[in-house]
Amino acid sequence: MINHEKIEKNIGLMGVLVAIVISFAGIIEIVPLMSQASVVEPVEGMKPRNALQLAGQNIYVSEGCYGCHSQQIRPFVDETLRYGHYSLAGESVYDRPFQWGSKRTGPDLARVGGRYSDEWHEIHLIDPRTVVPTSNMPGYPWLAETPIDVEETVASMKVLQGLGHPYTDEEIAAAADMIKDKTELQALVAYLQNLGTAVPRSYQ
Amino acid sequence: MSNFWHWTVIIIVVLHMLAYLWLLFATSKKKVAKNDENTTGHEWDGIVELDSPMPRWWLWLFVGTIIFAGAYLYAYPGLGNYEGSLGWTQHNQFEANYKKVTDARNKSFAAFIDKPIDEMIADKNAMLIGGRIFANNCALCHGSDAQGATGFPNLADDDWNWGGEFEQVLTSVKQGRNGIMPALGPALGEDGVKQVAAYVRSLSSGGQDAALVAEGQGKFAMFCVACHGPDGKGNDLFGAPDLTDDVWLHGSSDIIETAMYEGLNGQMPAHADILDENRVKLVAAYVYSLSQKDK
Repeated sequence: MINHEKIEKNIGLMGVLVAIVISFAGIIEIVPLMSQASVVEPVEGMKPRNALQLAGQNIYVSEGCYGCHSQQIRPFVDETLRYGHYSLAGESVYDRPFQWGSKRTGPDLARVGGRYSDEWHEIHLIDPRTVVPTSNMPGYPWLAETPIDVEETVASMKVLQGLGHPYTDEEIAAAADMIKDKTELQALVAYLQNLGTAVPRSYQ
Repeated sequence: MSNFWHWTVIIIVVLHMLAYLWLLFATSKKKVAKNDENTTGHEWDGIVELDSPMPRWWLWLFVGTIIFAGAYLYAYPGLGNYEGSLGWTQHNQFEANYKKVTDARNKSFAAFIDKPIDEMIADKNAMLIGGRIFANNCALCHGSDAQGATGFPNLADDDWNWGGEFEQVLTSVKQGRNGIMPALGPALGEDGVKQVAAYVRSLSSGGQDAALVAEGQGKFAMFCVACHGPDGKGNDLFGAPDLTDDVWLHGSSDIIETAMYEGLNGQMPAHADILDENRVKLVAAYVYSLSQKDK
């Protein structure tokens, strides 16, 4: 039998052996998922975000909404009663970066789409306390006055297309016209209203 | 999971478990010799360490975890595509828990859910539950006291845009409502807007310029009666508000001109998919009960 003194006294060898042992776990727990349809393919009816919704997603990320809002309904009854059908992996395939999160100072937003009217969202984003007096969410009034950064949105569509999102060249060409007169507020509302709508809301 | 990965996972996991077993027994075979010669060779300030195998109880604890792992992988899904002897899935477990909750819910609803509306709103428990559903789903727009906000109707009074009968309230909750006032600015022109606004204000309060009102009345008859009715009392079918009372969904009568220039949109989201049939009924009954209190 080899003496483990050899390994103990050779830090380089030990490092290599530790890496080998750990990578076994990675190979059998993570790598197979990359070829599993339920994880890597979009759920039926799910489309990549249009230019306006994508601009909204970029604002969602840049304003740090994920700091207080998760987008992942776990498969437990108490969660689905409040938010609807638990989140499916195939709903996140067009999220880069994904917005699952683990911190809920505010409610989960995975299925907020269609839950409230556009008007409510606009009022609520500008000053949440107008409609929810006890809310501790900050207001984002500047979104209503800031036009969407058209160039950046088109650029991010191209990057996502390169990463495999099924945008057609026509869609990208039409994107600038779709969003040129819109505010960031409208983009963010369009993004929110689209969240979680690909899967029927049930289990509530 | 593809066949390749299915077998890769199984083979790696099983080989690992066997390798751990071998390692445990190979290292435990060493005879315990408690004498000064049998040391690890480590020495600190004259203190040496005996080279003993680990205690038996510890060894068997390790063996126990390996047996547990084998049993677990037999019973539950873990080895590639193998589904486990128990047939357990996360989805089934969730469904079972969900059924428990809905069964309990329906059981507690049974006492009042099929009663006629007048009896249901007299039932304390029904209204308590309806109030909770309202707080969780409706209060964000309509307020926790149901008195609404600018653009979001007050549900606690007896003034209704889409009708205040129970069935109408139920339809509003289930299917949602889309109130659309078209922009009339281009059709009316600046003067027309002023005249009609004066006429509309005269319906609920005095002190308007008589000449403007007279002009406005004619234009109201052309452009507005289709939805708001010849007498301006509104129409439940389109959610067109009664303009003769002094209740203003968008704050006050100051908005009349803007509303005519730009139009107005009001949207109530449908709740048939969010709440099940019983809970839609309960929350509609609760809302209906708020307007019945003074009667």
